[in-house]
Amino acid sequence: MSYVIGVDVGSTYTKAVILSPEKEVVGHAMTATGFKLDKASEKVFDKILKDSGLAKDEIGYAISTGYGRHMVPYRDITVTDLTATARGSHYFFPDTRTVLDIGGQTMKASRLDEKVKVKSFRLNDKCAAGTGAFLEKTARYMGYETEEIGPLVQTSKDDVPISGVCAVFAESEVINQLSLGSAPSDIMHGAMSSLVKRAIQLLKRVKMESQITLTGGIMRFKTMVDVLTENVEEKINVPKGEMVQFTTALGAATLALQRLEKIKAEA
Amino acid sequence: MAQLKSQIALKKLLKDYFIGMKSPIAWCTSAGPAEILRALGFEVYFPENHGALLGASRTAEKYIPRAHQEGYDGEICSYLTADIGAWLMKETPLTKIYGLESIPTPDLIVFNTNQCREVAEWFNFFGREYDCPVVGIFPPRYLEEITQAEIDNVVSQFKGLIEVGEKIIGKPLDPEKLSETVRLSFEGSQLWKEVLETASHSPSPLTFFDGCILMAPIVVLRGTQICLDFYKEALVELKELVAQNEGAIPKEKVRIYWEGMPVWGRLRSLSEFFAENQTSVVASTYCNSWVFDHFDPDNPMESMAYAYTQIFINRGENTKLEMMKDIMEKFEVDGVVFHDSKTCFNNANSRFGLPKRVEESTGIDTVSFDGDLVDLRFFSEGQTRTKLETFIEQLKYDK
Repeated sequence: MSYVIGVDVGSTYTKAVILSPEKEVVGHAMTATGFKLDKASEKVFDKILKDSGLAKDEIGYAISTGYGRHMVPYRDITVTDLTATARGSHYFFPDTRTVLDIGGQTMKASRLDEKVKVKSFRLNDKCAAGTGAFLEKTARYMGYETEEIGPLVQTSKDDVPISGVCAVFAESEVINQLSLGSAPSDIMHGAMSSLVKRAIQLLKRVKMESQITLTGGIMRFKTMVDVLTENVEEKINVPKGEMVQFTTALGAATLALQRLEKIKAEA
Repeated sequence: MAQLKSQIALKKLLKDYFIGMKSPIAWCTSAGPAEILRALGFEVYFPENHGALLGASRTAEKYIPRAHQEGYDGEICSYLTADIGAWLMKETPLTKIYGLESIPTPDLIVFNTNQCREVAEWFNFFGREYDCPVVGIFPPRYLEEITQAEIDNVVSQFKGLIEVGEKIIGKPLDPEKLSETVRLSFEGSQLWKEVLETASHSPSPLTFFDGCILMAPIVVLRGTQICLDFYKEALVELKELVAQNEGAIPKEKVRIYWEGMPVWGRLRSLSEFFAENQTSVVASTYCNSWVFDHFDPDNPMESMAYAYTQIFINRGENTKLEMMKDIMEKFEVDGVVFHDSKTCFNNANSRFGLPKRVEESTGIDTVSFDGDLVDLRFFSEGQTRTKLETFIEQLKYDK
């Protein structure tokens, strides 16, 4: 009962991380969320237990987060992604003062104090042009899968401007650019630049401070990080490899560990 | 959450109001000079109340597209589009609730643009349709200080309204009756203020969502004894709850100020959402907009002109900030939620930097969410819940 789990039920993927009592990541797993959020959370739980070789009763505390956090049957408590991502960012980069998290449905910027407390935060408005879904839609329209976005955009030679004020308008701009003969890689680059402009507006609203940690599936794409880095003066951190997608689940797990320790101390 | 007894009493009161309505009838905006109309002998009907009813009954989405067909844009006031659409389709929720065949037919239509220009377009539509006289009061807008010249301007427009009203009624306005109606409005408004102020107690015995229901008499029956009697009773109930330390929600950990319009079609779900998150929405600009401290029976015309010109929605940004700060302090709020109502430009106060100025001058956090007063196509339940839950979570950490 001394291990803990953090589960992040996102709009596209459900991610889970198990931490040992020594705060080490002993397992992580991911599955597509689909439409049955409770089932996805069960599936990722089974998967992570199998991968880490742990039994269910070895998990002493579970915290769920993400937009489907209320649908996780085995949770002890829920926290919002903002709190969880702050904790996860601090785990990897203790000097984090600003976090930018771009998920499938939302873009969030937050500024933290030295105790990892969120001092200020801003979420994108409801338009999908500010989220990961915008890039996915752009890719899909041009006949590319999500996983192809990274390689595609790295071949870009030019930046085709996409307004990005509204996802629907942006889509018609993509159509227009294709008809003018623009390369899909350049259009994709333009879409990323548009997303970055929105991200920077949010970062400015929270009065960003160094260091900035970037999280969310989109940050797997090197170009996205490069464009962001070019546009801000502060030091930028990105969790290594696929952990960039697990930062929020990890943050939930660190909070779970704190809770478990508190419960044990009070017992 | 237990329903207040007063809310049950309110149902009968509103039924009597709607069923008993007889000609001559004047239509009036919610912060229009209803006292003049009542003193002249009109019964008064408020289309905004009907708009809110269309929103709360979640029937508006059926009617709004009908108004679009007439050229009324989807991004203008959804009270207007829902109300015009419903009228064109010859339907009203008053049929289901009170058995009325239609909304009351007007003998006179009166609007006051102290709240927005949309009311002019809305009421003029009905003026054309019913071939009914329309009188507009156009006060100076977005004022910081209010000068005597501005009061004189509004008083002279009221005089013009009285001339038109007297012709329709066929007799002159009785100054005693006007004075008495203004007295009733003043006392009703002061009782309403006391009702709202019971929420300054923690735990609060009522929330903004209860207020949105309980406010009906101060809007539609302002200037009548019925309005006074209702709030006297409500106050007894609320004071009892305060004495018993009984809150409107099971556990009040966070106290919120709501700025902007209600989301009429989501009153219940939002009320439940805040309760689940141990958060009481204890104060609002909206409910406070019908607190009129300046009605004076000894000086009815000037005091009405002042009262209806000094309302929050008609003020400059500096005055709005000061008005908010007063309420925030009185109700000891932990955070402010701004509802950026898509089709209510005039009462969406997060667009000119007010949230930032509130934060800077009070140190209290704010959050804005997108929504609408009536048109739920502009409201995303999931996005809003995530945003508000995140906000509340941070406020809890601060405590």
